[in-house]
Amino acid sequence: MTSFDAIVIGGGHNGLTAATLLARSGRKVVVIEADDALGGAARSFEFHPGFVSPGLAHVINRLDSEVLSALEIEYATARAAAPTVALSPSGVHAVMRGAYGETIDGVSRDEAARFADFRAKLLFQAGIFKRFLKRRPPEVGEIAFDDLKSFATAGLHLLSKGREEGRDFLRMLLMNVADVADEYLTDDRLKGVAAFDATLGIHLGPRSPTSLLGLYYRLTGEVAGATGAQVVAKGNGQSIATLFDAAATKAGVAIRIGTRVEKIVADRGRATGIVLSTGETLTAPAIISAIHPQATFMALTDAAEIGTGFRRAIGNIRTRGNVAKLDLALDRVPDFPGVARADLAGRLVIARSIDHVEQAFNPAKYGQFSTDPVMELTLPSLTDPTLAPNGACTLSALVEFAPYALAGGWEKGKPAFLKIVIETLERYCPGIGASIVATHFLTPADIEERYNLPGGHWHHGELQADQLLVNRPINAAAGYATPLEGLYLASAGSHPGGGISGLPGLLAARQILSEKRA
Amino acid sequence: MMHLTAFNRAEQGHILTPRLETPFHERLAALSETNEWYSWAGYKAPHSIFDTELEYFAIRSTSALFDISPMVKYRIRGADAARYLNRLTVRDVAKLGIGRVHYTAWCDDHGHVLDDGTLFRLAEDDFRLCCQERHLPWLLDSADGFSVEISEETAEIAAVALQGPTAFAVLEGAGFAGVETLKPFQLAEFPHADGSVTISRTGFTGDLGYELFAPAKAALSLWDRLWAAGGGFGLKAIGYDALNRARIEAGFIVANADFITAEAALHADRERLPDEIGLDWLVDPQKPYFNGRDAILKARTKRTLKHVLVGLEIEGNIPAEGAIVYHRGKKEVGLVTAAIWSPLAKRNIAIASLSRPFGASVTDNLWVEIYAMRELQYQKLMKRARVVPRPFVKLERRSATPPGRF
Ligand SMILES: Cc1cc2nc3c(=O)[nH]c(=O)nc-3n(C[C@H](O)[C@H](O)[C@H](O)COP(=O)(O)OP(=O)(O)OC[C@H]3O[C@@H](n4cnc5c(N)ncnc54)[C@H](O)[C@@H]3O)c2cc1C
Repeated sequence: MTSFDAIVIGGGHNGLTAATLLARSGRKVVVIEADDALGGAARSFEFHPGFVSPGLAHVINRLDSEVLSALEIEYATARAAAPTVALSPSGVHAVMRGAYGETIDGVSRDEAARFADFRAKLLFQAGIFKRFLKRRPPEVGEIAFDDLKSFATAGLHLLSKGREEGRDFLRMLLMNVADVADEYLTDDRLKGVAAFDATLGIHLGPRSPTSLLGLYYRLTGEVAGATGAQVVAKGNGQSIATLFDAAATKAGVAIRIGTRVEKIVADRGRATGIVLSTGETLTAPAIISAIHPQATFMALTDAAEIGTGFRRAIGNIRTRGNVAKLDLALDRVPDFPGVARADLAGRLVIARSIDHVEQAFNPAKYGQFSTDPVMELTLPSLTDPTLAPNGACTLSALVEFAPYALAGGWEKGKPAFLKIVIETLERYCPGIGASIVATHFLTPADIEERYNLPGGHWHHGELQADQLLVNRPINAAAGYATPLEGLYLASAGSHPGGGISGLPGLLAARQILSEKRA
Repeated sequence: MMHLTAFNRAEQGHILTPRLETPFHERLAALSETNEWYSWAGYKAPHSIFDTELEYFAIRSTSALFDISPMVKYRIRGADAARYLNRLTVRDVAKLGIGRVHYTAWCDDHGHVLDDGTLFRLAEDDFRLCCQERHLPWLLDSADGFSVEISEETAEIAAVALQGPTAFAVLEGAGFAGVETLKPFQLAEFPHADGSVTISRTGFTGDLGYELFAPAKAALSLWDRLWAAGGGFGLKAIGYDALNRARIEAGFIVANADFITAEAALHADRERLPDEIGLDWLVDPQKPYFNGRDAILKARTKRTLKHVLVGLEIEGNIPAEGAIVYHRGKKEVGLVTAAIWSPLAKRNIAIASLSRPFGASVTDNLWVEIYAMRELQYQKLMKRARVVPRPFVKLERRSATPPGRF
């Protein structure tokens, strides 16, 4: 039996963030990762000899600056934000440049002005949310001075812009993205991108109530201080996984890969250790579970050690993923007619209109995949040439909607859906099919298995109004601490949610550091 | 052809029997002189059979048969049954031997009592849980992660309580050989008809007594067997009103009468921790984790318990049912939930729920306000109340083994 001051379950970027911060405070910390590599959904992997996928996460748009500085990670910030190309079947595309379309090519001057209004409005409103994402959610019933302060400053910030802005915020807050996009814009391509971004990774269509929240969430992210900006995830060169790994190692975190946590040992309300796949037991006064809350409590924790109501609430977290991940090995750089070569290194979105996204979502409600899916593409090897052999290329696609619980099962559905995805690509990139050397396709069910991620869900649990803030992942565990003393949550399933940000890990570590040591 | 009105009426026949009848109903109905029925968990149950006063004295002087079939009964079986129940309930199930029964309670995650009841260990991994309210959703949700099977067997299992000083003599007379070896809270199976009946030495009267459980189809023959043997021992069928008097004397509480169960409570401040309804002694902090543990222990260490359930002895002889309890005759500090003039204790007794510290550290100068109705006029009485231990009566014969015949 080996003991530590803190054990972190899961070597995803959130687990590594928490581990690094705790080690920095002088604690003896170990990270246990089931896979042979660190990084979680951000770990790159070779999917065909010579061809490397950047991982599930292929666009970085919310890596938090506080996390980076707390971990002393130097993230290359010199690069310009990657553009978003709104692909049109006509070959006349719109291109959003800078941080979420500071300027736009390929639309009328009037539309560009309308988009500027739309963008300014959403960035302003997202800014109000942002204050709450960088701190522990307030505790209902025990609102601390700090919580009041942040409510107050958010309120003042709103008021300083005049009553009109405050009213507008409350009016729009729970609207759907389709109505808001229709209110501001006329161009279907831009509306399509807004609809896509609002619903990516969430089980909502653009016309579902509250779908605007997804876009707000997207726009709370920033890269190098530019809100709304994005960069394409690099693979081996300066991948997220490598950076976080290096930070943890430098801080003295012990790391064990290829070892799975099988059980959290608890007795009479206190977690005291973990049992590994090797049969070893490790003990620590603090155990930080940086994996999905359901994986933590339904699989690792004996039901006899937690309350019925608590376990029921954890079991009821909605977490059915909708995003499939495709990696293609191509023998050459593909040609998307109408897309400038430089823009190919950005993000390409196939979402022709709001209707397109809505219609892609509709079948997901009934457990069917979309026969006309929407997706975002990157060509990661254009940013990081080490990802593909010379002259060849990789393509990464995140495809919606591919419901986790496919009626009829994915075994039968997967080849059919893959065929649809490739045919869709062919429409925007004629000849791409012929250039494919290898295909690597993961459905949410595959992702669940590979990453031990229930539902294969982007956010480790739906990011919707009822599963936010004080109710993320559930109310009784919203403050990173759980009813089991000594056990903390730190994955995307906790506040503020998913994406490569490091915030859940940072806030969980701060919570632990703020508590008196047992 | 049937006339339409007659046809419609026939179609609505169910409204003529809105309440379920227990497997013993035929016998009770035949004996009933008062025809006073109420609803107990959806079943037609007697307030009284012939005379509450005399029925009460049957419990204390001879013996009484009380139909407890409407009591909610769950069967819990499986490899994890004991582990499951240990997480569910506040008392240590590992200490409950096979063939034993214990009184227990269960709470939600916040430590609020969902119900109290009796747990019967029929075999290593076979239990019966009896209680006042229905809890199947909670029991099933609690089963997630355990290898257990849970079913409700309220309708399938008929149950009758045989209580009073001649209860053993009746069983003996009815030919239940070996029943004399049963100690309090012990159970055993006895042959009956072509099957068997489970007899436990338990009850709700604080007297010598037994509870008999049999398949519903064996109910009437079981009743007849007891009734035939009981003739010479003063056996009477009784209703709830008589039983209620006995249970108050014994100091037992009734869910949703002396406390509100957490699922029934609409007001947040009506929910109760075990310590707030006199069940602190059931809670075992040493046993493995159980629902509500953290909240109960936290309330103890942080001293945030808000209520206390006490026994009161009140001067005079007017039952204080529903009376408000005052400190110094002025400050309202609680409510009497059950009260009678106890013929056995010859005292005016009550069970009351008080707001701490009253009833806990402050026990002097308590008063109850009784409205005595005297010929269409209320007379308001302020009577002194003293906190006294429960049970109000303690009977040697309840636990003597072997039991006495009368
Ligand atoms: C298909 C897909 C595409 C995505 N694309 C993007 C994107 O482009 N941009 C973006 O910002 N976000 C993206 N996300 C979201 C983002 O990847 C996640 O929100 C993020 O990875 C969460 O990080 P984490 O550290 O909390 O958990 P994870 O990244 O899930 O890491 C958890 C780690 O724990 C390990 N683990 C699990 N169980 C055990 C166990 N029992 N014992 C030991 N180790 C265990 C896993 O192997 C894994 O390494 C995407 C998500 C998905 C599903």
